[in-house]
Amino acid sequence: MTPAGAVRGAAFFGALCVVPLLVGPQWVLNLLIFTVMYAGLASAWNLVGGYAGYPSLGHAAFFGFGAYAVAIIFENDVGDGYAPFRTLPIIGLVVAVAVLPVAWIAMRTRADVFAIVTITLLFIAQTLAFNLRSVTGGAQGRSIAPAPFPVETYDRPFYYAMLALLALAMLLSVAIRDSKAGLSLAAVRSDEDKAHGVGVHVTGVKLLVFAVSAGITAMIGGVWAYYVGFIYPQFAIDPLVTIGMVLMCFLGGRATLWGPVLGAAILVPAQQFLAYRLGASQLYLLGYAAVFLIIMVLLPRGILPTLRRAR
Amino acid sequence: MQLAAQAIILGVLTGGVYALMASGQTLIFGVMKVVNLAQGAFVVLSAYLTFSLFTGFGVDPFLAILITTPAMFGLGVAVHWLVLRPLKHEDVGQLSLLVTFAVALGVEGVLALAYETTYRSVQPGYENRSWTVAGLQISEVRLYAFGLSAVMLAALYLILERTRLGMAIRATVQNPTSARLLGVSSERVAALGFGLGAATAAAAGSVYGLLYPFNPGSHYDLISRLLTIVVLGGMGSVGGAVVAAMIMGVGSSIVAALASPIWSDFTFFVVLLAVLLIRPRGLFGARARGAL
Repeated sequence: MTPAGAVRGAAFFGALCVVPLLVGPQWVLNLLIFTVMYAGLASAWNLVGGYAGYPSLGHAAFFGFGAYAVAIIFENDVGDGYAPFRTLPIIGLVVAVAVLPVAWIAMRTRADVFAIVTITLLFIAQTLAFNLRSVTGGAQGRSIAPAPFPVETYDRPFYYAMLALLALAMLLSVAIRDSKAGLSLAAVRSDEDKAHGVGVHVTGVKLLVFAVSAGITAMIGGVWAYYVGFIYPQFAIDPLVTIGMVLMCFLGGRATLWGPVLGAAILVPAQQFLAYRLGASQLYLLGYAAVFLIIMVLLPRGILPTLRRAR
Repeated sequence: MQLAAQAIILGVLTGGVYALMASGQTLIFGVMKVVNLAQGAFVVLSAYLTFSLFTGFGVDPFLAILITTPAMFGLGVAVHWLVLRPLKHEDVGQLSLLVTFAVALGVEGVLALAYETTYRSVQPGYENRSWTVAGLQISEVRLYAFGLSAVMLAALYLILERTRLGMAIRATVQNPTSARLLGVSSERVAALGFGLGAATAAAAGSVYGLLYPFNPGSHYDLISRLLTIVVLGGMGSVGGAVVAAMIMGVGSSIVAALASPIWSDFTFFVVLLAVLLIRPRGLFGARARGAL
């Protein structure tokens, strides 16, 4: 990390830390929570989809694992209200380790088949969430005990939890990018066979970023579940969550540190605005598809790399 | 025994319909190296078209195919022209995958607007009739659906083997560069290949509405099954897809009968992982680098 980068990061997170103390209306903080959440999710996806160049379409499944973990553990009691946050590191670690076998198989395949395996994982996870009623509550969903936070500052702990996870995702991205693993990943991304040939531990670095990425995603899912308080299979394991992560990462720029954050900062408010103006979730889906197509066709590199190239 | 035999019959009949859907998907992959994540959405779209033709004009689902197939062929060509052809970036494979996902979302959105999200089914009056042969029930409509799929697959085979378009497609699958050198217009072949793939989805979709209730979100369930079949058969191999569809149809139907329907979905994922572990190129992988 360069000193300039450290200053930029400190200024960014410093500003985001004081925002809730300054803004009045509750909806602003609510919007910020979701923006920061997606920034974190997109940054986590970026590790696998950007730095390693493996387009995972199954990350919503990990999001759902975290959400259901929190929902199951804290069904009746959240203690002082911070207990779910304290268990997040454990949930993240467990998911990171648990996905390794699937990751190991999936990462043996290349781009197309990899996407197939991960998207199938997503739909299987959703089917299981619907059908394993004893664990997930099936279509009725599961509720989480309400947090005992004072009404006027209710959203703040969730906001800071999301912000901390975004910081974690970005710090880990920097740490990985600037390490030997980062160089290996760059080699994997440009030509995996050659990288393997010159002795890069391709399997090791791919599994590392997949596990880190899945773990962060699960932790964010856990905070989300606690915040919304009630989860159903179709929202906890939602293809749109995957698409959101991918889209924001593509819009901002893959394999860049700030690209996913920029993508989230543009798309989440736009998405909330559309949802608010159009109401019907169906139109919302169409809008999503249209934005998606436009970004892919017109701006396949993303904003930051395009700007950098123009300079 | 009775139960298993019944499950096998059901599996074969269902497998035929999946074979039709999967053949189109694997064809698209063979020609364009694009994993079409919208194939399931095309199937569901065609099921809705059939539903409208039936409820609005009383068109029998099996006759509706005469309308849905050309319509979806046109849609497939248009989708290729509008969103796949303009992709010119070095990561075309990755981008096209996401673009077809976006198309699937768009189709789902349109359907949800037009038909809402309640489950529909096409019920022409013979959907519950069945014959009993040697104590085994054979559903009439499933047998017709199987027959139709066989006819459509035969037609696809003839198109691929006996027409100039088919020759151009097979040449492109085997070696795109040589095909271009010999004067095959790769863009036109890709567009027509994508159209053919969508057309198979259309035919399968018309009968899908007879066999299962569906809603705009049904394509998620379909696409994970189709992808498993295509990977199992060896990506790009039409014959492989047919064999794999039969295996998966019978396998999941037996699991559903003997264990529970919940685990039949899971069968697909387990098979997918097992194939990738043991034989990543699929059943017919030896010829997967192209051969049809």
